[in-house]
Amino acid sequence: MAIPVRIPTPLRKLTQNQEIVEADGTTIREVIDSLDRTYPGLKERICDDQDHIRRFVNVFLNDEDVRFLKESETPVASGDEVSIVPAIAGG
Amino acid sequence: MDKPRFFSHLRCRECGRHYQKEAVHVCEFDFGPLEAAYDYDAIGKSLTRDLILSRPQSMWRYRELLPIENEPTVGLQTGFTPLIRARRLAERFGVDELYIKNDTVNYPTLSFKDRVVSVALSRAKELGIDTVACASTGNLANSVAANAASAGFRSFVLIPADLEPSKILGSLIFGTNVIGIQGAYDQVNRLCSEIAGKYPWGFVNVNLRPYYAEGSKTMGFEIIEQLGWRLPRHIVVPMASGSLLTKIRKSFNEFSKLGLAEPGESSIYGAQASGCSPITTAVKNNTEVVHPVPRPHTIAKSLSIGTPADGYYAIRTMKETGGTAEDCSDPEIIDAIKLLAETEGIFTETAGGVTVACAQKLIESGCIPRHESIVLCVTGHGLKTQEAVIDKVGSAMLIRPTMKEFESLLEQPIQTH
Repeated sequence: MAIPVRIPTPLRKLTQNQEIVEADGTTIREVIDSLDRTYPGLKERICDDQDHIRRFVNVFLNDEDVRFLKESETPVASGDEVSIVPAIAGG
Repeated sequence: MDKPRFFSHLRCRECGRHYQKEAVHVCEFDFGPLEAAYDYDAIGKSLTRDLILSRPQSMWRYRELLPIENEPTVGLQTGFTPLIRARRLAERFGVDELYIKNDTVNYPTLSFKDRVVSVALSRAKELGIDTVACASTGNLANSVAANAASAGFRSFVLIPADLEPSKILGSLIFGTNVIGIQGAYDQVNRLCSEIAGKYPWGFVNVNLRPYYAEGSKTMGFEIIEQLGWRLPRHIVVPMASGSLLTKIRKSFNEFSKLGLAEPGESSIYGAQASGCSPITTAVKNNTEVVHPVPRPHTIAKSLSIGTPADGYYAIRTMKETGGTAEDCSDPEIIDAIKLLAETEGIFTETAGGVTVACAQKLIESGCIPRHESIVLCVTGHGLKTQEAVIDKVGSAMLIRPTMKEFESLLEQPIQTH
């Protein structure tokens, strides 16, 4: 099942400059693992060495930050879109 | 001889990797925020109290400690707002030495955001950017719109659609492109992050953030100078993303390191509204993990950031300086706005009410001692959030133009303090 993933500018060097790539998986964790198989090195940018999503990375499932859902274990289904977005400052 | 270079590079706050001084804001390796780094040896040889005192009274009198390469070009009149000795409010709080840093009268848009925008847009000019933009809870949008107008940038400001009408008007008047997003600030933020990845614009709090954020330090520099080159023993700062609080500390550290401030310590306290208090909640729970607030609900809209980008650093700053965090309810915010107005003649927006209300609680609970110096950062003007108090201040007493009716008014009980 192909899930589209939006890649932020700082990571596009790893995806040959592609803004949207496809990954497989039924949870956020599996999607990230799948991305890392296609684009080696992506996972360590998104997750720390304890496998948690890094403090300054926001991962969205459609319009919801996965921190409000089940974090890495959030289920992903056909038709969903995942976005990786750096945290930004106040306003 | 080449002029000395004070602003040297950008550096990741997490891993320390160096980056060029471009429109970039996150580390490619770990997404850590990039921060401006300086050559403090060169600055130490150049910047003295006398040199500062010889310059015009604006935030640019500390320009060696700001991340631009040439002379500033935007916001030349910004900053150097009054530091008020608040004797009547001090009496109400039962404290000895209380000051208000009054950024309600900052130039040109009456909030501390004029500081950060002056730096971001001066740097944007240096980088050859012609379109500037921001994600904003209101004040930043007002300042980007005004400064972009006067500096000749095209501009876009993206805001939650449900902001106070005064704040929306305060952007529209400058002819900027105001885009109201049907969603919370965090959703505006996310969209801006995606736009910034696609268009070659300068988003002041996205790809220009390393420059923007440094502007907040000038509030701290001014406080030190206005206190006679000493640190306040305690300072209370409102928190949205937590950036201002961390930059106040950086300013205190820089002036101390350069010998511009007398030796001393300062405890830094953060203030949030209870309806959106992710940072305060983490501090009260004694954790460094900030749980986002999905649906902020408070009249302090300018502080309504559910996913505070600098929350972690703000928590560390409070902990390491011996400060702490507090939060307050909407009725407490309104009471505090009125208290500050009635004791000191300063009309603040809701965020300033949060600062004053939280300071009062911190004093009453004994967190802030009563016999040491205290500064409260009041960051925006009350005319920008009139909606919050419009039903709480009564109305004018109406009479016909006769002495009889005037004197009959005086026989009624009237305000005496």
